[in-house]
Amino acid sequence: MNVGSVQARPELHDTILYLDGVSVSFDGFKALNDLSFYVEVGELRAVIGPNGAGKTTMMDVVTGKTRPDRGRVEFNGGTDLTQLDEAAIANLGIGRKFQKPTVFEEHTVFDNLELALAGNRGVLGSLFARLRAGSRDRIEQVLETTALAPHQKRRAGDLSHGQKQWLEIGMLLMQDPELLLVDEPAAGMTDEETEQTAALLTRIAGTRSVVVVEHDMAFVRGLDCRVTVLHEGAVLAEGTLDAVQNDARVVEVYLGR
Amino acid sequence: MPVRSVLVDLLAGNRGGQILLAVLLAAAVVVPVSNLLLPADSALHVPTYVVSLMGKYLTFALLALSVDLIWGYAGVLSLGHGAFFALGGYAMGMYMMRQIGERGVYGHPVLPDFMVFLDWKELPWYWQGFDWFPFAMVMALLVPGALALVFGWFAFRSRVTGVYLSIITQAMTFALMLAFFRNDMGFGGNNGLTDFKNLLGFSLQADGTRVALFCASAVAVAAAYLLCRFVVRSRAGRVLVAVRDAEARVRFLGYRVEHYKLFVFVLSAMLAGLAGALYVPQVGIINPSEFAPAASIEIVVWVAVGGRGSLYGAVLGAILVNYAKTVFTGVLPDMWLFVLGALFIAVTLFLPKGIVGTVPVFNRAGARHRPGRRQSPEPAP
Repeated sequence: MNVGSVQARPELHDTILYLDGVSVSFDGFKALNDLSFYVEVGELRAVIGPNGAGKTTMMDVVTGKTRPDRGRVEFNGGTDLTQLDEAAIANLGIGRKFQKPTVFEEHTVFDNLELALAGNRGVLGSLFARLRAGSRDRIEQVLETTALAPHQKRRAGDLSHGQKQWLEIGMLLMQDPELLLVDEPAAGMTDEETEQTAALLTRIAGTRSVVVVEHDMAFVRGLDCRVTVLHEGAVLAEGTLDAVQNDARVVEVYLGR
Repeated sequence: MPVRSVLVDLLAGNRGGQILLAVLLAAAVVVPVSNLLLPADSALHVPTYVVSLMGKYLTFALLALSVDLIWGYAGVLSLGHGAFFALGGYAMGMYMMRQIGERGVYGHPVLPDFMVFLDWKELPWYWQGFDWFPFAMVMALLVPGALALVFGWFAFRSRVTGVYLSIITQAMTFALMLAFFRNDMGFGGNNGLTDFKNLLGFSLQADGTRVALFCASAVAVAAAYLLCRFVVRSRAGRVLVAVRDAEARVRFLGYRVEHYKLFVFVLSAMLAGLAGALYVPQVGIINPSEFAPAASIEIVVWVAVGGRGSLYGAVLGAILVNYAKTVFTGVLPDMWLFVLGALFIAVTLFLPKGIVGTVPVFNRAGARHRPGRRQSPEPAP
């Protein structure tokens, strides 16, 4: 495995996301420092790193929340994401799951999924929108996938923490994205929920690309995928979990010098 | 889709809405009969001044409805809706000023009295066309709508939310108040517009006109309620509630949040403008005090008292608080603002869901589509 090797520019046809020399600073603090890495189509990728390594900032840049000072972010063969806002990027096919489960608490589970359903996002379109039978089928399908079918009429705010995480992942599936960015999905979950979540994400990958930011090493092991280690806003190492865990620089960063 | 089935759809399982529409319909039938057909000494006769007072409450109810649409559902706490109300009122006032014609104190055939007094020679350009009722009515909706469009476009695009948005809406209405106080603005300065005589050729003093205005107000509240209900029940309405509760999530799902906010802000401003246009002929005056920041805050209190995020709660709150205001200003005129403040604190502390959130008859039905009412106007950014 090419632990810590320099990123070569990949072939475009098999790359879903390509970050090229991205830098972001907040008041002089360099959150991302010339960050470059790429994710392949259908790949499941874990991004780990100590606090302040730039994991969340990286997601903010990809999803349009933060505009980088320098660098390019290419999606799906050439679209530069740095010029677009959140809604445009979401509609291109990039879904984002927040660290804290963020669902529409006052809506039912079913309504949450309906709102996430891919389709017309305009005001007029949604003013007169009616739920089609095909859409209902899709919602039911996702309800099954996320094991929320028995809860579909409940208020989302009444779900358990783990169920909310799953609902949010379900909403992302409704969005039908090509790339899913998932921020610490295992945070605050029981061991069993963590295991199920890892299985769910592994199942999703393959048809879509998934990038998971995570602290929990057991969870990352469960994902059984390529791992990128970020440190001080740049890639420190990349490879299998075993390879990066044995990398001297990674050990140093994680355990302190 | 036939109108009847849409109506059924909007009211099914919605006890509060059914009660509201039934009461409005009954009032629009009973009040005219009682006022116009029963002899004045009958116990069931409603005097004309009461008709106008109730008509005024109904225009406030419409105004509260417009605030509930934007605050209760989209979570945008506008403290400037008095401005949209006043602009609608000024449009109607301008029409009625032109209806006075030669009957003014100075007897000028075209210019309103205050312009003659200011020694103006001709009608300013922005008064042109207001002698034509349809034009004035369109302006009563368009001017508030356009102000909301421009203001909202800048505010929502820059992602001004929460307390900051509330403060700049206060600044907006305050700035308009100062502008309308100026005589050279051409809207009658601090006296405003008054001494109206006719509306569509009918005398404003006539019982029939008063009753007709009352009925128009009742119909307007009913129609606006159904319109708002349609909006909040649509997918767009559910997006608005989603924006209120988790704005970032909505953005990352691919919705342009600012478009949704802008849509509902403009719609709300136009409803407020309509309320103002119905208010002015019933009270006989419009002046810059309607733009006062405190007036806009008062509207929010009505909505909070009635119960935010149910639409009919706003109607109930507006009518109850204003009835209380009428009673109190009659008995202890100086105490009203203290009572209002105490009422707001009491409701916030003890009735966070307002009256309709506390009375069980409203709570039973239609729970699915009635979003909960949080006290904080916005989730923390």
